[in-house]
Parts: sequence; C-alpha cells; structure tokens
Amino acid sequence: MRITVNGEDVGLTSDGDTTLLTALRDELGLVGTRFGCGQGLCGACFVDVDGTVMPSCQTPVWQVEGQAVTTVEGLSQDGEPHPVQRAILDRQAAQCGFCISGIVVRAAALLRDEPDADAARVTEALDRNLCRCGAQRRIIEAVLAVRESR
Amino acid sequence: MSELPAHVVDNPRLGTWITVAGGVVEVHVGKVELGQGIVTALAQIAADALALPLSRIRMLAAHTTHGPDEGLTAGSLSVLQAGPALRHVGAVVRALAGPPDDEYVARIAALDPDTDLLTAPTADAVTPDAVGSSTPRLDLPDKVLGRPRYLADLRPDGLLHGRVLRPPSPGARLLELDDDWKAPGVELVRDGSFVGVVGEREADVDRALEQLARDCAWAEEDALPDGDDLPTWLRAGPHEEIEVLDESPAPGTLSASYSRPFLVHGSIAPSVGLARWDGDALRVWSHSQGIHPLRMAIASALGLDPAVVEVEHVENAGCYGHNAADDAAFDAVLLARAVPGHPVQVRWTRPDELAWGPLSSAMTATVSASLADGRIAGWCYDVWSQGHTARPMYRGIPGLLAGAHLATPVPLLPATDPPTAAGGGTTRNAVPIYDVGPRRIAGHRRVDSPFRTSAMRALGAYLNVFAIESFMDELAEEAGADPVDFRLAHLTDERAARVVAEAARLAEWGEELPDEVGRGIGFARYKDKGAYCAVVAEVGVASSVAVRRLTVVADIGLVVNPDGARNQLEGGATQSTSWTTKERVRFDRRRISSTDWETYPILTFREAPLVDVHLVDSAAPSLGAGEAAQGPTAAAIANAVHHALGVRVRDLPLDADAVVRAIEAQE
Ligand code: FES
Ligand code: FES
Repeated sequence: MRITVNGEDVGLTSDGDTTLLTALRDELGLVGTRFGCGQGLCGACFVDVDGTVMPSCQTPVWQVEGQAVTTVEGLSQDGEPHPVQRAILDRQAAQCGFCISGIVVRAAALLRDEPDADAARVTEALDRNLCRCGAQRRIIEAVLAVRESR
Repeated sequence: MSELPAHVVDNPRLGTWITVAGGVVEVHVGKVELGQGIVTALAQIAADALALPLSRIRMLAAHTTHGPDEGLTAGSLSVLQAGPALRHVGAVVRALAGPPDDEYVARIAALDPDTDLLTAPTADAVTPDAVGSSTPRLDLPDKVLGRPRYLADLRPDGLLHGRVLRPPSPGARLLELDDDWKAPGVELVRDGSFVGVVGEREADVDRALEQLARDCAWAEEDALPDGDDLPTWLRAGPHEEIEVLDESPAPGTLSASYSRPFLVHGSIAPSVGLARWDGDALRVWSHSQGIHPLRMAIASALGLDPAVVEVEHVENAGCYGHNAADDAAFDAVLLARAVPGHPVQVRWTRPDELAWGPLSSAMTATVSASLADGRIAGWCYDVWSQGHTARPMYRGIPGLLAGAHLATPVPLLPATDPPTAAGGGTTRNAVPIYDVGPRRIAGHRRVDSPFRTSAMRALGAYLNVFAIESFMDELAEEAGADPVDFRLAHLTDERAARVVAEAARLAEWGEELPDEVGRGIGFARYKDKGAYCAVVAEVGVASSVAVRRLTVVADIGLVVNPDGARNQLEGGATQSTSWTTKERVRFDRRRISSTDWETYPILTFREAPLVDVHLVDSAAPSLGAGEAAQGPTAAAIANAVHHALGVRVRDLPLDADAVVRAIEAQE
C-alpha cells in the first residue's frame, strides 16, 4: 500500500484496515498527530486528506491510498512554522498543548479555504476540537491574529 | 539551619540540583510539567538565582536517581516550595563560582558535586531579572510544532506496545478465559483478573484487545448507588467525622443544601506508562505527579527493594490531579515483566480513562445561618463526600489500580483526605472567609463506596465555595442587600475586599444587561491561605445556560510569570465552566456508562466564555494560581442564573434541565 504523506510517497507494510493514525505514529514515526480518544470525538488526531480535515483515528489506510495526507509536521515550510503555529506560540495560546496538533491542522485548512474567516467561523470550525485545559479563547484569538497580520 | 528551605534540607547535595554539560548549566528539579508551565516559572527563578540568562540553563525532567525529591507537584504549592530551594542553590553557586564572567560556567562545572548546601557559603540575593517577566513557555515549541515530546511519543529500541483489558464494572472478577487464548502478533499476560497483551505493532495490540474483550467472561454485581440521588447516598454513611471547628452557634433560621456529581479529570490524552526490566533492575517512565511515591508504590506492590526501581518523569497532556498516570505506569511494569529487556508502552483506552481513572467525588452540603440587622450572626455548615486523596503510598499502601486485580491482590483502600493543615480535602475551604459570628463546621467522609475517588483540582473547595458563595447571595437577598456590598460588609481581610471590589468594578457591576442575561459573583481565598480570587460571570439563559463572559481578579502574591499565571486562571475558570454547566459521571446500578465524549460532554469552542483576567499588584509571597478560580466560577455562574431568572439552582450541573427543574420546584 502506498500513500502520500507531507508530499512524500511512502510504502506501508500495515494492512489496509489499520487506522491512518496508527500507521502515521507507529510505522512512519510521525508522532505529531496525537491519539486522544480513538473514537473520532476529540480532534487530537486531525489530518488533512486532499483538502478535507478528518480524524485519522477513524480512517483506515485503504481509504487514503493515492491521496495526499498532510499532518502537523507537514505544515511548516522550510523549517518555518505555519502562521497558525507562529501565532499560537506568540500568544502562548496553549497549556498542555496536546490538543494543538489537531487544532493547527483544522485552523490551517480553514484559513486556506476561507482566508477572511471571522471569529464566528473560526469558533465553528474548531467546534469538533476539544481542549480540556481551557485554552479555547486564546486559540481563537491566535487564529484571528493570523488573518490580521497578513 | 532552620532558615534553610525544606527542599534543600531534604536534598542537601549540590550535584543533585546542578550539573554542567556542553557549556550549559543543567538544573534538576523535582517538580514536574503538568501542562501548567511550572518548569518555565522555575527556570526563571533558577536563571535569576544563578545570575545566568535563560539561554545558558537547561531544565531537566524529574528523576528519582538524578534529581531532588520534591514530593508531589500538586496543591498550587510548586513555586512556593521549589522557588526558595532554587534561590538557595543559586546563592551557593554564586558564592563558590562567581562572579558571572566568561569562566563562570566552567567554574560551576568544576564545583564538587558533594558540596553540602547546608553549610556552604551563600552570596547575597540578586535583583530579579527573569522573574516578573512573561517568559514564553520553554516546552511549547515542541508541542505546537508537533515534535515528539509526550510519553506516548518515545520510541526506544526494542519497543513493544501493551494494552490492558479492564473489567466491565467495578468489583467484576474474571470468570473465564481460555488457557490457549491467542491473537495474531501478541502475547497474553494474565495474573488473576489482570489481563493484557503485548506486541510489536500498535495495530495488533489494539485488535487483540477487542478480541480479548469478546472472549473474557466476568462475574459482575449491581454495586452502584442511585445516580439520581447521590446526596441521600452520601449522607447515609458510614462516615469518618472531620471536626473543623465548633463555636456553638445557635441553629440558623435560613438553610439550604447544595450538591455536585462525580466528575472525571478528562485529560485529552489517555494515560500512558513505559517500563523495562533488565534483570532485577526496573526503569519506569511516567507522567505521574509524584515519581518518588510511585517508585515506592511499585516496589511495595511487587516486594522489590526500592533501590532497584528508577522512575523518570515524561510529560503527557494536561494533568488536573491524581489521574491514571500511576496506574498506567504499573500496568506497563506488569506487562514488561513478561518480556524482559524490552521497553513496553501501555496506553489506556478512552473508555478506560473515563471509567477507571480516579474520579473526583460527588459531594453535598447543608448550610444554615441567621441574620440580625442585615448581618450574619451565626453559621452552621456540614459537608458530605468521599475522600479526596488515594494517591500512591498515601496510607502506606501502593494504591495502584492493577494491584486490586492480581491473583494475590494488593488491594486499594478507600480515599481519605489530606490533613487540615495541608488544606484538607472534603473540608477544603469549608470555613467561610467572612465575619459570620459563631461557627460550626464539620465534614463527613463516606468510607465505603464502589467508586474510586482521589484528588482533582481544588478538591472539596469546588463544592464548598459553590455552596458558601451561593448561600451568601441567598442571604444578601434576604437582607435586601446588593451581593457585592453584602460581601464587603462581612470582609475584614483587606486583600480579600480589594479583589472583590476590583472584580465588581471591572465587570461593571450594577450596569444594565440585556434581557435574559444575568450577572453573578463568587469569591474565595483558596485553601484559606492561598490565592484570592473573585469571578464575575455574565450568563445568558435564553435557551440554554450560556456563560458569555468571566471577569477574574486574583491576588497571587509576587507574580513570577504574569502571562503564565493569567493563562492558568483563564484555563481554570474555563474548565470550571465546563464542570459547572455540563459534566456528570453517569452510571446504572452496575456500570459507569459515560465512557466517551458523547456520554460525558465537555465544553466546546462555541461554549467557551470570554475570560478577562486581572492580577492585583502584590509583593507578598508567590501563591499558586491553578486552582483558585474553580469554586468562585461555579458560584458566579449560579448567582448569575439567579439574577437572570430569579431561580436558584443548588444541584450541579447547572444545565438547561436543572434550570427547568428549579423553575418547576419554585412554582
Ligand atoms: S483521537 Fe481521533 S478524534 Fe480523538
Ligand atoms: S491545551 Fe491542554 S488540552 Fe488544550
């Protein structure tokens, strides 16, 4: 089985029913995508597949064969953090940070699709990402700051 | 000698705190990063104490062999305890290796690691440079950029993955599992009712766990109480009595009872443990709040000499108290025993994290008071709860979950409470800060229970502050007084009065609000001697209970990292909003049924309130900020709902159903 991860074509020995999350973390060593619930309910494992954000814990690898998967590791360009990551760091918009990978993936997709997304849109887009530390408001502000800094 | 910081007395060797590698001074601390930013705050203190820029020091993870034993990282005490120790260590280093010129770090490297910190000379204190600045968190770049940082990200050579099958209900026993049970790619480990699998690939152990769940037969019983009437069950006992104080007040003429359900920690990551046996030596990596007690607990449960057990802290997602970290570490130890030489990483499942991690106890309280000329004259308070700590080694027993399931069990004991001097548990913040005349305050700790409870953020203070501060509003109404004025009239502590007044001013107390929006206040001094925190909530009640805005004002003494402290208070208030408006562990008579984020919903992005945090200037000793907002936020929300609708919700969670029930009860 071959998939494209962060622009690279990779072969997998995992069988097709293995979840994309497990393949990424266990076989490819891409541990930036986090395991939070394994039930599609927290967003910690979000990845971008051909422009659609999905929970990798609920996605068998056969389903993404031949498609382009982007993980949090693939969002930085030439060693430069993605603007959303930059803004989260600038504003210290996290506590434990465990929810952040999935949030960065979701927010990056939103700003790519809707560069002018307002506070209501950002909030709505992130509504399937859970944060237990209570960093939600700081995160929303950080995503909005990306828009303003352009 | 008695002037020396306690943690220096306990760890008097210089080399336990300071080493040098690659031109950088390594600072070993015993406090651990739980997602709260403590390591950054301690780095700031260490940098100042050593007279070095932050870039010349490196903070190392807590380790039972290579670093100081600083007990638990809990109770908002970290800076208070670890700060003075680091200042002392720095003063010794400067006296012996100063001045901080080009050769300074080289001279530190040459210091004798056995230097006795108790007798060594000390240099004068330095003026703070890093302390007081909003230094960015040292750990966040890895976490935000998706680099390996958490325990589950470690990939040591020879790594195997492990999963444990927990029983379906508390008290269940494994009846039957085929002796030749097999699944592809895994090895079965069984000891009594403890069953798990180990294998090379995560996909294999996950599948094997599902198969195991289908193939195990259990003996279960209906041992759980009626989840819709927990106050009656808590009051039924048997209890251990906790006398707090009795000044023989007359029975009050006004009275009310309040309650809260069981809650879970709900960290976004499930718990993880990693362990490896090499002959008789055991190495463990854990996100425990207390690696030293964990080491003793593992040794005691397995009858090992503690000297052969080494535990190192590795971060995981946010920790809000005694969660399943220690249990997961012990699971890893048990599974790794079957595959000597291989590190085994155990990750809990989400359902197990929600059902088998220690819970935060349900509680109920009854308060009564009398009014004379608009002032409170006498106050009685009784609170019922399970204990709030069952940490490893707390009662001299291991207290590790898997122990209870082994063929030769190492049983768990019912939770107890920390001593009153350490803030208590059930009775934490049970004594009102107000001038209320003679008081009688008592706690009643229910000791037999099928539920395993332990410490979660604020312990009993969450319910006690909710009850006291709700009742203060009820008394103010009875007295015909404004809730803020009424509180100020009963406060003699100036720092307290200032925080309350400031919160009211900043939240535009008394200004008009739109229809179906209310404003309420809650206040407490955490643990009676910790941070002062007042919260004003603005809550909409149109179709659901929507917390729109929280104004948080706190006096936490000297602030080490202002942005970090604000972040902690904001996070605490937001989390308390989630507890208060949404959360409740659900169960039938046999099993806990809230085992995912649908059956145990928590606050979403849409529901998260705007939070304004203000820190009051203070030069008093630094106090932890992480737990101070939990109780005041709950009361502020309930008081705001009352302000908007005129109904009083006394049983949490304060969701739309609770409001409807309160309206019906009033009619
Ligand atoms: S881990 Fe995939 S949604 Fe939670
Ligand atoms: S920062 Fe901890 S879960 Fe979001």
